[in-house]
Amino acid sequence: MFKLAGLKKFILKKTISTLITLFAVITINFIIFRVMPGNPVHMMFTDPRVSKENIDVMMKRFGLDKPLWMQYFIYVRELFIGNLGISFWKNVPVIDVILGRLPQTIILLSFAILLSTVAGVFLGAYAAWKRGSKIDASILTVSLVTYSVPSFWVGILLLITFSYWLGLFPLGGITTPGIASAPLLDQIIDYLWHMALPLITLFFYYTGGYVLIMRNAMLDVLGEDYITTAYAKGLKEAVIMRKHAMRNALLPVATITALNIGWMIAGVVEVEVVFAWPGLGKLMYDAIMQRDYPLLQGVFLFIAISVILANFLADVIYGYLDPRVREEK
Amino acid sequence: MTSEEIVYTPGMKDLFKELISNKSGLLGLIIILVFVFMAIFAPHIAISDPLKIGKPHEILLPPSPDHPLGTDDLGRDIWSQIVYGARVSLLVGFLATIICVGIGTIIGLTSGFFGGKVDEILMRITDMVMVIPGLPLMIVLSAVLGPSIWNIIFVISVISWPYSARVIRSQVLSVKERPFVEAARCLGASDIYLMFREILPNVVPIVLAEAILYVSSAIYSEAVLSFLGLGDPFHISWGMMLHFAFSSGALAYAWWWALSPGIAIALLILGFTFLGSAVNDIINPRLKER
Repeated sequence: MFKLAGLKKFILKKTISTLITLFAVITINFIIFRVMPGNPVHMMFTDPRVSKENIDVMMKRFGLDKPLWMQYFIYVRELFIGNLGISFWKNVPVIDVILGRLPQTIILLSFAILLSTVAGVFLGAYAAWKRGSKIDASILTVSLVTYSVPSFWVGILLLITFSYWLGLFPLGGITTPGIASAPLLDQIIDYLWHMALPLITLFFYYTGGYVLIMRNAMLDVLGEDYITTAYAKGLKEAVIMRKHAMRNALLPVATITALNIGWMIAGVVEVEVVFAWPGLGKLMYDAIMQRDYPLLQGVFLFIAISVILANFLADVIYGYLDPRVREEK
Repeated sequence: MTSEEIVYTPGMKDLFKELISNKSGLLGLIIILVFVFMAIFAPHIAISDPLKIGKPHEILLPPSPDHPLGTDDLGRDIWSQIVYGARVSLLVGFLATIICVGIGTIIGLTSGFFGGKVDEILMRITDMVMVIPGLPLMIVLSAVLGPSIWNIIFVISVISWPYSARVIRSQVLSVKERPFVEAARCLGASDIYLMFREILPNVVPIVLAEAILYVSSAIYSEAVLSFLGLGDPFHISWGMMLHFAFSSGALAYAWWWALSPGIAIALLILGFTFLGSAVNDIINPRLKER
């Protein structure tokens, strides 16, 4: 009973702070795009031939003639029904453009996270086990390097080498033109072939981070009393590592992963731009290039809300799994 | 880093001595000094004005004795651009770090020292900013504010301070319980005196280690923003060179154009990462045993 009561209070607390954060992000978004010098209509019609009357009509249509507090109210109301405005560039609702691009980011991100978590967890655990050795030092150095080197540059180098020079991989995108009429298996292979280089680039970037996180988590766990106990019981070192240490180190790794989604999004934005992978990151870049502010604002808001909700979920799951967390602020 | 960790507070001289004997720390320091030298003496090291457009026969030349790193699609010398680019990276790296660690120190110090409601409110705000995905917010802000080096510095620092506030707060929590703080309080020292004269000096080593690591992430952020076309067109930076190289369509041929800016960014970031980790090891002996 006591355990569950603590959990309820913990979840309630997290829910309130998440709601406040969401509200803050929505407000910041409004302020950034509304209160800055000039307004959206003036940005659209910098052409002096557009008459004052026409601008007034546009202002009215976009609701910009109303007082600021009312604009804010309308903006929040529209947001709740999923209305993020109309994209200047595509001339369709922003939310439709976003939902159309979303699957590609989710697919690429899931593959990358899956592969690099597995590799990072094992390499990090191994390095911690062999701490102080040459192997540990080299794993650590390589991870620091792959983690520090800009992933968009790694992507460009891979593109130059494997696509331009060797011709082994496509120059970007997700499909070869005309593949839609081929059998399904060929289409899947073609898709994976397009994903190979972006995936390798992300794998490089994420794995380094995971190794560093896992190694630290393992070293923390290895200092715990129950590890000493396990040694005292005469258990084999490999068993202690696998059954006692790694299992306990995985929990912090899981939360840190959730907290680091922002960092992962950064990697995916860079890689999508380099390989013209049509996901949300590439969409953001396109929005900048097209000066499509409603689209840019929409993508940002969508990513921010997703990340905040993912963090909330991770907090709750972690709080459920580990009662100690609930006590902390 | 948890609050219970005891931090060793070496003098600057000792810190330097230990750094010299730390292989990766020394390597980091040397890399940074080389780039600082490059930035300061840029006009003497560069072959020509980095923005000077070349003659038609100078377009997209591979590396040669005249142009050691080749030229770009406007016939501009790439070596000169790299040399001047160091100025932008270091300026953004240092200034953004000073602002962001400054904000972090003030908030972390206030929060940790006063505790209670103040702590609660400040940490809520900190957590709030921390959850917002950094790069997308930086992109949106720089797109709206317009391309300028000062905007980039502002955007980076305004988003990255929460981490330093957290780290400094946890350090303050452990320092303020020590006997000398209690002693000063008994002697009638004011809150301001306690915060800035008793506690702050003991937090400085952590701030220093944090700051060095921040420089590398600020340099990375500037590179990404410039690569995405949000850089300051009046100051050539490494990220912007990659932006031009990438969007020119000349990559299939002009590999040298993409190679050197990336190496420069990676080296400088690694330099600060190595130095930062080394300083962290020195002031935090528990980590060093690992």
